[in-house]
Amino acid sequence: MTGTTIEFRSVSKHFGAVKAVDDLSFTVQPGVVTGFLGPNGAGKTTSLRMLLGLVRPTSGSATFGGAPYHRLEHPLATVGTALEASSFSPGRSARNHLRVYAAAAGIPRARVQRVLELTGIAEVADRRVGGYSLGMRQRLGLAFALLGDPEVLVLDEPINGLDPEGIRWIRTLLQQLAQEGRTVLVSSHLLSEVQQSVDRVVIISHGRIVHEGSLDDLEGGTAVLVDSPDRVGLIAALAAAGYAATRTDAGLCVTGATAAQLGALALDARVPLSLLRPDRAGLEDVFLELVGTGEGVQA
Amino acid sequence: MIAAIRSEALKLTTTRMWWVLALVLLGYVGFIAALLAGLFGALGDQLAAQPDAPQLPPESLPPIIYSTATSIGYVFPLILGTIAVTSEVRYQTLTPTFLAQPGRGRVLTAKLIVLAVAGAVLGLIGLVASMGLGAPILAATGNDPAIDQSETWLLAGRILIAMALWAVIGVGIGSLIQNQIAAIVVVLAFTQFVEPILRFGTSIWEWTATVGKFLPGAASDALVGSSIFTSLGMGTTQVQALEWWQGGLVLFGLAVVVSVLGYLTAWRRDIT
Repeated sequence: MTGTTIEFRSVSKHFGAVKAVDDLSFTVQPGVVTGFLGPNGAGKTTSLRMLLGLVRPTSGSATFGGAPYHRLEHPLATVGTALEASSFSPGRSARNHLRVYAAAAGIPRARVQRVLELTGIAEVADRRVGGYSLGMRQRLGLAFALLGDPEVLVLDEPINGLDPEGIRWIRTLLQQLAQEGRTVLVSSHLLSEVQQSVDRVVIISHGRIVHEGSLDDLEGGTAVLVDSPDRVGLIAALAAAGYAATRTDAGLCVTGATAAQLGALALDARVPLSLLRPDRAGLEDVFLELVGTGEGVQA
Repeated sequence: MIAAIRSEALKLTTTRMWWVLALVLLGYVGFIAALLAGLFGALGDQLAAQPDAPQLPPESLPPIIYSTATSIGYVFPLILGTIAVTSEVRYQTLTPTFLAQPGRGRVLTAKLIVLAVAGAVLGLIGLVASMGLGAPILAATGNDPAIDQSETWLLAGRILIAMALWAVIGVGIGSLIQNQIAAIVVVLAFTQFVEPILRFGTSIWEWTATVGKFLPGAASDALVGSSIFTSLGMGTTQVQALEWWQGGLVLFGLAVVVSVLGYLTAWRRDIT
């Protein structure tokens, strides 16, 4: 696995006066799972469809290892894609659905059975897709993505509609695919949905990037919950170090410092701690603030 | 290209659509052919005795009855071709199709080729119905089924060509009118209602008849060389129908025009 990089370069898509995607530039590296986050209508799906040659950008280019999708010699063997869970003819069986596209891409028939087993739908593969649940359709969509054993995976909201067991399965699968050196780009409108499985995030809002980097970078600005039996002493120590603390039901909420910094601070001040943890709800707050409804959040 | 054709052929044969249409075609054409063969075969003597009744020379019976495969059945390949495109739009399967084969012109070409073959197969099924039932009934009523004449088999060959072209036209129409229900309504309304009226209306005067003979259904009948519609009632003017090859060119031209227009609309636009 050599590793193929996804590159968006100044990609824009305008529908009339509406800038659905506005000057988007970022890179997705192999070997890690990258989350592509933003609320519904932020331009995620349009961006992915431009990357895949389904929608023509107004300007800019999106490439896989330097080549646009329609120039790839073996598209399904290079990029595996799962877009919505609805691109199926209801009268066709899952096996035949995969055979149709395997034939178009010159992929051997044995691979169809392999991906059906891999995604856990081999037993229902000869039933017509019209009777499938949303979770089974998601798995079939993923089977299509894996058909060509691709170096790059582009998955649009793959967790939507999966049961808890399915969610755990897909998280493990994504991590495993990334560890094999593949490039994995997963979109979602919920940070909490992908929080546990992504290594890097690209967050967009109103068609523009508002954050790109690791989740820890994002957490840097978030809150840490801290408490002590000697609360007065802790507050004094925090104040001396210049941190603002607010009292909450869960403890003292401190912003602008990492958990590690606060732990060291407490040790120096000889204040015993009864609580020290990053505020996960705070991460979601940061995310919502980034993508929030305000027009001015285009940082 | 071979891969794209294999994929399109699999698409067509892995849903029930094509054989449902084939069964209805078989029943419908078979019924009409048997009815006509029985009616004219048995009553030919009595019709001839009545100067007011439409006169059909006995040797014109086999082609009229066998050509019901197209004159009645041409709407079936047309609908099959239309649905082959509109179902992809309806179920958003153009997305995986273009992911597996980003060359969109190649996908359309493959679909046109596969549907042309499928149209010819429907033509074959139509002939099984029209000749399979028509010929024995003609023989049983004391007429010559003309099965041993080369002219009959040339007619059968032209029927296959006509049915193939109709399926190709369907692909173009499906690309132009992407809403499946709208497309089927337009196809049925035009072929079953608008065009028969136009053909009848234009056949009244000389000058309209010279235009009317270029209507697709009329061109199709001209290509085949025989039709129950041209043999009964119509053709009261002196205007000759098109030659078989002219009819074929009109249908082929129509197929090319709608396919190119379809490519410029459905096949090139953004897939969202």
